[in-house]
Amino acid sequence: MTFQITRDEAEDFIFAEADMLDDWELEDWLALFVDDAVYNVPSTDLDKSAQAANNLFYIADDRGRLEERVTRLKKKTAHAEFPRSKTRHLISNVRVRETDADSATVTTAFATFRSKDGITDTYIGSTRYKLVRPNGTLKIAEKWCFLDMDGLRPQGRISILL
Amino acid sequence: MTGTNGSYVQVNENLKTFKVSRQAFVDPAVTEAEYAEIFDKCWLYLGHESELEKPHDFLTRKVAKRNILFTRDADGEFQAFLNTCPHRGASVCRERNGNAKSFQCMYHGWVFGNDGGLKHLPGEESYPEGFRENGSGNLTPVAHLDSCAGFWFVCFDPNAPSLDDYLGDAKPYIELVSLHSKHGMEIVGGTQEYAIRSNWKLLTENSVDGYHAESTHATYMDYLLNVNGGLIKQPLEGREFDLGNGHAVLEYKAPWGRPIAQWVPMWGEEVQAELEIVKAELVERLGEDRAERIAHYNRNLLIFPNLVINDIMAITVRTYYPDAPDYMNVNAWALAPRQEVDWAREYRLFNFLEFLGPGGFATPDDVEAMEKCQIGYQNLKEAGWNDISKGMGRAEPSYDDEAQMRAFWTEWQSRIDRAAAVGLAA
Ligand code: FES
Ligand SMILES: [Fe+2]
Repeated sequence: MTFQITRDEAEDFIFAEADMLDDWELEDWLALFVDDAVYNVPSTDLDKSAQAANNLFYIADDRGRLEERVTRLKKKTAHAEFPRSKTRHLISNVRVRETDADSATVTTAFATFRSKDGITDTYIGSTRYKLVRPNGTLKIAEKWCFLDMDGLRPQGRISILL
Repeated sequence: MTGTNGSYVQVNENLKTFKVSRQAFVDPAVTEAEYAEIFDKCWLYLGHESELEKPHDFLTRKVAKRNILFTRDADGEFQAFLNTCPHRGASVCRERNGNAKSFQCMYHGWVFGNDGGLKHLPGEESYPEGFRENGSGNLTPVAHLDSCAGFWFVCFDPNAPSLDDYLGDAKPYIELVSLHSKHGMEIVGGTQEYAIRSNWKLLTENSVDGYHAESTHATYMDYLLNVNGGLIKQPLEGREFDLGNGHAVLEYKAPWGRPIAQWVPMWGEEVQAELEIVKAELVERLGEDRAERIAHYNRNLLIFPNLVINDIMAITVRTYYPDAPDYMNVNAWALAPRQEVDWAREYRLFNFLEFLGPGGFATPDDVEAMEKCQIGYQNLKEAGWNDISKGMGRAEPSYDDEAQMRAFWTEWQSRIDRAAAVGLAA
């Protein structure tokens, strides 16, 4: 039997994830990920097959680094996000691409806005999720954000969660 | 705002103070003078030899507002041209990189070899005889192209000193970072290209600033502490050196792991044994002193004006240019030993993105600091000067003093004085 998921269910899940990020509910967001999850943002001159073990990424988090990222973001000494910025994650083009026995690959398009100090920066790209359902609850096993940009200009940083 | 003698840099040897005018960070006339007297005259970093591995490899890159086509010709010789068609100006090569024997301009179809020579001229019969061969239709080469230990530099000033003379005492440090492996060094795939809304000189200062780590990077240090075995008991300690010509370096010990070859407990005992073998090879090849420095010392190296080679928990090669007084574009690459074992390469890259990358646990805070300095300079009418005096009275400045910045600013001022002499920036 293959993994069952509808576009509706995937959309609801991913829209809820976006709200958690924009509402800065970072612990809830972290809880969406399984224990051996990865969260990756490759550099913009790499192709989609590139791996973080032998290519320079912007972000290549395993579960441990992802937890540390959230821990860091909650501190006042995470200067880039203190006072924290306002963000809005817009998600579109949600498609269930593939399913196997225990996971589904879901892709989306995103535009994420970050505003602080009178400047609004836009991050544009696509996300590829690998979703799983351990014990009946939908979770993220992999989240890959591929930026459709020529580098981080003018954004200068990815201090928020995409 | 400048000092009484019109200088942006005010040094008082008696009081041991070194002040820099904030005008130097905001004035478009200063940026213009910097292009004329610094970027148009200094040797500037173009790329690493490993980026053009084989004959006919090429890449395009922006250097000091010019578009450069960097190639290896059929003989494997490195060449660099202005990427603009001699005919009516179109960019001849519009790709980032690749392998090509020739380049065809998309506009009217002129074809150039990767040695810059005009090879094919559509409608040649309409041109005077010998036009294609007389050289006027060739790509324009850069005035100077030379390399040091695999790092290629260009210079746009026909009257420039040699690269050797320009690098001077900085040369042994560039050589040292190229000696980590007997197989040589390479740039790893994936470029970090970002912008910072601040003056470019803030990044020069920040890249060699041993003073800011504790406060700016408190969360990074917390992170290393949280990761079991991420640090050894090694206090930050070391020296900084003025290398002349505006170049400077910090050399210091630090508690973090260096995949070559400072071990930290999280890497496990097997790796510890492996790193001892790496260290032994370094000693055998380079002698005890250089092996020790490569294994256990960190270096933040500034090559005036805007090449940073930081050999710390990973190696970054970074260069940056102003588009405006309050905006710079940054390119950063990861340098690594060739044929590095998989685990070390992986740790190196993770170290890089955690600390050196704009998506990591440290660089976003550097960007924040630089942008907030730039905003602070809006107050320059009332609060017009930066203080760069730390360690000025000391015979041997510590790694966290500001002697390296004074080296930069001293060279910077002498070049801007020359600009003032020709009427740019007063
Ligand atoms: S501009 Fe290149 S062929 Fe005319
Ligand atoms: Fe820093």
